[in-house]
Amino acid sequence: MLTAEEQKEIGEELAHYPCKQAVCIDAMLIVQRHRGWVSDDAIRDIAEMLEMSTADLDGVATFYNLIRRKPVARHVVLICDSVSCWIMGCERVRDQLCTRLGTTLGGSTADGRFTLLPIVCLGACDRAPALMIDNNLHTNVDEHRIGGILEAYK
Amino acid sequence: MATIYIENEAREADGSQNLLHVLLSLGYDVPYFCWHPALGSVGACRQCAIKQFRNEQDKAGKIIMACMTPAADGTRVSIKDPETVEFRAAVIQGLMQNHPHDCPVCDEGGECHLQDMTVMTGHCARHYRFSKRTFRNQYLGPLINHEMNRCIQCQRCVRYYRDYAGGHDLNAFRLRDVVYFGRFEDGVLENEFAGNLVEICPTGVFTDATLKRHYTRKWDLQMAPSVCVHCAVGCNISVGERYGSLRRVINRYNHQVNGYFLCDRGRFGYEFVNSGDRIRDCLVNGEPSDSLAAAVSKLETLVRETRCIGIGSPRASLESNFALRQLVGPDHFYAGVAENEWSATLTALDLMRNGPATSASLDDVEHCDAVLVLGEDVTNVAPVMALRLRQSVRQQPIQTAKKLNIPLWLDHPVRELVQNEKGPFFVAAPYATKLDEIATEVIRAAPDDLARLGFAIARAIQGGPPLPGLSSELSTFANRIAEVLGSASSPLVVSGTSCRSAAVLNAAAQVSHALSQIGKPAKLAFCFPECNTVGLRLMKPRSLSEAFQAVRDGQADTIIVVENDLYRRASKEDVEAFFNRARHVIAIDHLKNQTTEKAELVLPAGTFAETDGTLVNYEGRAQRFFQALVPSGEMRASWRWLDADFVPEIHPDKRGWRTLDDIVSAIALEIPELADIGLAAPSRSEFGKVAREPSRYSGRTSMLANISVHEPKPPQDPDSALAFSMESGPQPPPPPLNPFFWAPGWNSIQSVNKFQSEIGGPLLGGDPGVRLIEPEERGGWNFAGIPSAFEPNPDSWLLLPCFHIFGSEELSQRAPAIAELAPSPYIAVNTMDADQLGVSSGNLIKLSVSDSIHELPVSARPDVPRGVVLIPIGLPGVAGLTLPAFGKLAPASAMQGVTK
Amino acid sequence: MRERPLTSNLRPDGEAVDISAYEQAGGYQGLRKALQLQPNDVTELVKQSNLRGRGGAGFPTGMKWSFVPMGADAPRPKYLVANADEMEPGTFKDRVLMEGDPHQLIEGMAVSGYAIQADIGYIFLRGEYRISAERLSVALAEARERGYIGQNILGSGYSFELYLHVSAGRYICGEETALLNALEGKRAHPRTKPPFPQVSGLFGKPTIVQNVETLCNVQHIVNRGPEWFRDQSLTEDGGTKLYGVSGKVNRPGLWELPLGTTMREILEEHAGGMRDGLTFRGLLPGGASTDFLVQEHLDVPMDYTQVQKAGSRLGTGTMVVLDDKTCPVGMVWNLEHFFAQESCGWCTPCWSGLAWTEKILASMEAGTGEEKDLETLSFQTRFLAPGSTFCAFAPGAVEPLQSALKYFGDDFRRHIEEKRCPWR
Ligand SMILES: Cc1cc2nc3c(=O)[nH]c(=O)nc-3n(C[C@H](O)[C@H](O)[C@H](O)COP(=O)(O)O)c2cc1C
Ligand code: SF4
Ligand code: FES
Repeated sequence: MLTAEEQKEIGEELAHYPCKQAVCIDAMLIVQRHRGWVSDDAIRDIAEMLEMSTADLDGVATFYNLIRRKPVARHVVLICDSVSCWIMGCERVRDQLCTRLGTTLGGSTADGRFTLLPIVCLGACDRAPALMIDNNLHTNVDEHRIGGILEAYK
Repeated sequence: MATIYIENEAREADGSQNLLHVLLSLGYDVPYFCWHPALGSVGACRQCAIKQFRNEQDKAGKIIMACMTPAADGTRVSIKDPETVEFRAAVIQGLMQNHPHDCPVCDEGGECHLQDMTVMTGHCARHYRFSKRTFRNQYLGPLINHEMNRCIQCQRCVRYYRDYAGGHDLNAFRLRDVVYFGRFEDGVLENEFAGNLVEICPTGVFTDATLKRHYTRKWDLQMAPSVCVHCAVGCNISVGERYGSLRRVINRYNHQVNGYFLCDRGRFGYEFVNSGDRIRDCLVNGEPSDSLAAAVSKLETLVRETRCIGIGSPRASLESNFALRQLVGPDHFYAGVAENEWSATLTALDLMRNGPATSASLDDVEHCDAVLVLGEDVTNVAPVMALRLRQSVRQQPIQTAKKLNIPLWLDHPVRELVQNEKGPFFVAAPYATKLDEIATEVIRAAPDDLARLGFAIARAIQGGPPLPGLSSELSTFANRIAEVLGSASSPLVVSGTSCRSAAVLNAAAQVSHALSQIGKPAKLAFCFPECNTVGLRLMKPRSLSEAFQAVRDGQADTIIVVENDLYRRASKEDVEAFFNRARHVIAIDHLKNQTTEKAELVLPAGTFAETDGTLVNYEGRAQRFFQALVPSGEMRASWRWLDADFVPEIHPDKRGWRTLDDIVSAIALEIPELADIGLAAPSRSEFGKVAREPSRYSGRTSMLANISVHEPKPPQDPDSALAFSMESGPQPPPPPLNPFFWAPGWNSIQSVNKFQSEIGGPLLGGDPGVRLIEPEERGGWNFAGIPSAFEPNPDSWLLLPCFHIFGSEELSQRAPAIAELAPSPYIAVNTMDADQLGVSSGNLIKLSVSDSIHELPVSARPDVPRGVVLIPIGLPGVAGLTLPAFGKLAPASAMQGVTK
Repeated sequence: MRERPLTSNLRPDGEAVDISAYEQAGGYQGLRKALQLQPNDVTELVKQSNLRGRGGAGFPTGMKWSFVPMGADAPRPKYLVANADEMEPGTFKDRVLMEGDPHQLIEGMAVSGYAIQADIGYIFLRGEYRISAERLSVALAEARERGYIGQNILGSGYSFELYLHVSAGRYICGEETALLNALEGKRAHPRTKPPFPQVSGLFGKPTIVQNVETLCNVQHIVNRGPEWFRDQSLTEDGGTKLYGVSGKVNRPGLWELPLGTTMREILEEHAGGMRDGLTFRGLLPGGASTDFLVQEHLDVPMDYTQVQKAGSRLGTGTMVVLDDKTCPVGMVWNLEHFFAQESCGWCTPCWSGLAWTEKILASMEAGTGEEKDLETLSFQTRFLAPGSTFCAFAPGAVEPLQSALKYFGDDFRRHIEEKRCPWR
């Protein structure tokens, strides 16, 4: 079941488009903002609300990389792995993160605190390497600063 | 027409088409995947690359996709250009990158478009040295098998399934080289045209799951041109045999009828032929007859010494019905069809014969631009007609594309422009139908009200006075429809016998008449339930109740029933009384049923796969089917049983017939309306020899080696040019005799390209079949007898039939895969009626009709009109109910003390 | 006098310019002026200004608008879409404009919308740009409140609804027709052209898709005139350009400079040259999908024609610099990994070719490259050439590869011969 809040937010988006299907990406992002990810049940509920089939909606969901069809931890760490960050040493940052958090790229920490995911260029190439935790961009990251950055996310 | 230059040679071509269409039409071999003649071009696979040159001086040219480029006048192209030759091979290399190269174990092997195209491009060595992506397959139901690793991402499956067939539960997931084509979760594919995926998929991702259970390579199949026996649409099919059993059915293109597609009942219903319930030998009093001769002599004695009547069948060929009719005499020949249905077919046929409109072929159906469906559940009764109707709603919206000069074959631009816009499509039916989802407006009402609506529309079209007493809702609805139909350029009215209502049929005809009166020559398409309902009607049998009466009056001692189970046609009580009163019952049929159980003498009939014959489809088109199997045991065509040598003696004026041609000519001579049926296919003498077996047929010499090492002489076919061998005459077979499509380098069904006068057009040599009924325009179409409005009556419920594509039809019901998909019997009533009755979905309800009582679970649905009860016709448990009827309903709890 | 019309408002603290500050700096004057003109006259000004698209393809903006059906019979609604997808690796120019001066984009859209008589506009923003999203939402509300967008703008009778659409990712969404599918809530495969979006675009209606930076220029053109705009440039194409540099230079960053400033000036004067101890080896002039240029090209002016002549594309004007301590094969692998991941999967050369290319480069880096791989790589660059694939994504994807093979061929060969990456 979509919550009243989710339904309201989706309803607001409906006013911006001439047809229901056009809202489906917004709808999935809304649900994801509330729940961290989009479950099979959420796919069913959104599809019903927007008069789409589950196959239609999941076809869209699986196309886009920011729609997560698997659960994530409390905080999602997106590490940019694109060219400028690569030149500036994002691989070292990634390895550091993996070691420190005891998980691999794509995985979550045992305490359910962090999920580590790769991301394409975050548009912060002049301040590479960059990473994004939840909605916050962190730039000029290096091995030494990681600890401090992670501290802020409980 | 346009002149285009191919390798510098000028050729005439249809300039409104794309280059791929044109090149294939001209006979060139150009490989392709994502393009399909019924689906248009999308430019995804990049396989059809050729070179285009700006002018004669341009030597470099540029690579273009043939499917995406108009064949404009003056276009210069090369297929042989070395750069494009290399490119096309590279596309195959790319497509094969993740393909498992599992042809030896793949069901598609030997008729695989991917194999053909690979050979065509010359790609043969593999350079890719990394691992391939792999997928998990899904369970898609009993009809279709899924093997995703073979996928080449051409997008055809979803384009067909979603855009063409209107399915919702198959889609593409993910992206890059890991696109997955499947369902959201495992489960039966919901669309009733899913089986076409087997042919649409150019490789072995979607394959025929029924074939898989008794697999044979295409090249090992003995095939025959045939006609589907599972409804009156008459789709052309090609059937394949191996080791005496029927292995599968595939589409046989006919531009006028089925085009490229079949429905799942037609494709997968064939397995009844292999059923354990087949009658293979003569039975006397339920026991195998001592000898064939004994059975024949019993037949002979009964025919000679008793007064016989014959019951024909709408699922038997013209030939078998005719043979019976001749044996018993036209006056003693009766239709084995439920009474109300039979009178409805009479009305329908009269309307088709006498005007006011021509009956629409399926090609007409697809191209009409406004539709009224009156009182018919097209998807469940005439499925492929529904598939074509789905395309008709595009006709009006795509006019915008024409205005913007977007060629109609450019599939996505047209769809993006049109979005969800649909042309006018009105459905007025007694319950919710699958076509409702494409309808502009839907109305649900009892048949009498539907008829009233039809008459009201007709009046509104002609500007006549409104129908008195029509509710304001219905009359504004009628006015809207009238206006829309009247402003269309080729409107179509679809109706049928499903309501068993003459009034509904008359109303439909009245609408098309009104349209022709205002200069809009509408077409009419009537749906009939069985493959030869129309043919049987044309033989003018008397009705079943007259047969009952004849026996009741003591006018007959022997009843000969041909290919019919009367227990599906009338109530058990009536049929039992009928059989019991007559002293002898003879049944000729292919599957055991209640009628054969009752019969004193049972003679085994061949099915459509084992015999030849002619069927007349819904539009009045006679089409011939031919045998693929040599029937085993004592089985033979029904008409052969009835053509025993004794016949001429009994009726000295009538010659017997030894071959199909004999009986076809006899029919043509005897029944004026069937005079042309000989044109449905060339006669035995008209055409040399056509091999049923492909030239690569294997195992011929060893097939029977376990019995004898001497290779037996192949069976002879006295009835047609088709031979049970690989030997063929020099000419290509004419379309009605063509057992399968094959051309050098084209082993898959895509080879049909080579047999069409133009891609997607009529077959070279003409589409098979001959239309028998063209209306004589008669004036004075003003029907009296407008029924009064239906009044729900809680003491007398109107029982109407409700159809299921899987379950309602007798023969396919006996195919295991179809049976698995059939619903269990139920009774449907309106939700509010259910409330008043104090029942809810799933509860048992007691239905009493005349003196029979049925107890079934109830399904409470909002779409059923108040006062109406829907009975899923043909399902076990309700099979004998003759509908429409009136009955009483009560919750099963009220049944206390009554034993079932 | 040369100015910095696009960036002069930006605040040093990086916060957004709010509506009052924007108005004080002369904001929304362009819109007021445009509303006094006939829509076609606005298009005419833009044509005269020689403004070309800043999203990568460089199509003349005014000309694009002139294909939109105008007048009473034109299909409605018409749409204007700001392409704020900015997912090209190495590119970070639109974000700066949206974060720092969101009203500039809104005004640009209102003026452009007026020119083509658009009824509805969308800002198609990539999902990771959270700050842009927040600031644009605020700015949209402010602009709506003051009547710059919405019904009957400034009493002119012209109405233009403008909405923010946050994307769910995928680089291909930046391709203008794939973007339209994304906006329609579909899988973002690119569409067939023709018909062009100007004729049949979003929801089948006439649509203009324009890069954020392009749109931000429009009100300045209306306000100051096409001549002034042309004067801002060192070449015949009008205006300034946002140029960026990333990689191991001393001062990576973004600058608004006259169109046609040379690479050397940008690299040496603005970005402060290479970091100590590093030598310049090459650069991607306009993002990940442009061909490498090398030392010999440094004096090429960064404009549409000259960069093309040098064998690459201006692209987004944001350069990625390769130094001698960074492995060129590794860099190309990183790029091709990106492209292989982002291929929409529609056409065979792209989905198959990029997957293969990436695997070869990975294998070279791992020391398992084979001699014939070089041949396969160069074959793929031809296989994915323009015209062979459905859209411009794949040809763009192989641009850095084909030029790397040309300029850094020896490095590729060393990987194979030494069976290792010499930089690791
Ligand atoms: C794969 C691909 C990605 C693109 N991404 C973007 C993008 O992120 N932003 C953008 O403005 N243009 C992008 N473009 C270019 C657009 O297709 C289009 O040309 C542009 O938005 C038009 O605007 P302009 O004329 O103002 O540049 C991309 C093109 C391709 C082929
Ligand atoms: S080149 Fe083909 S597969 Fe690649 S992004 Fe474009 S359409 Fe999709
Ligand atoms: S058939 Fe032409 S691109 Fe696929």
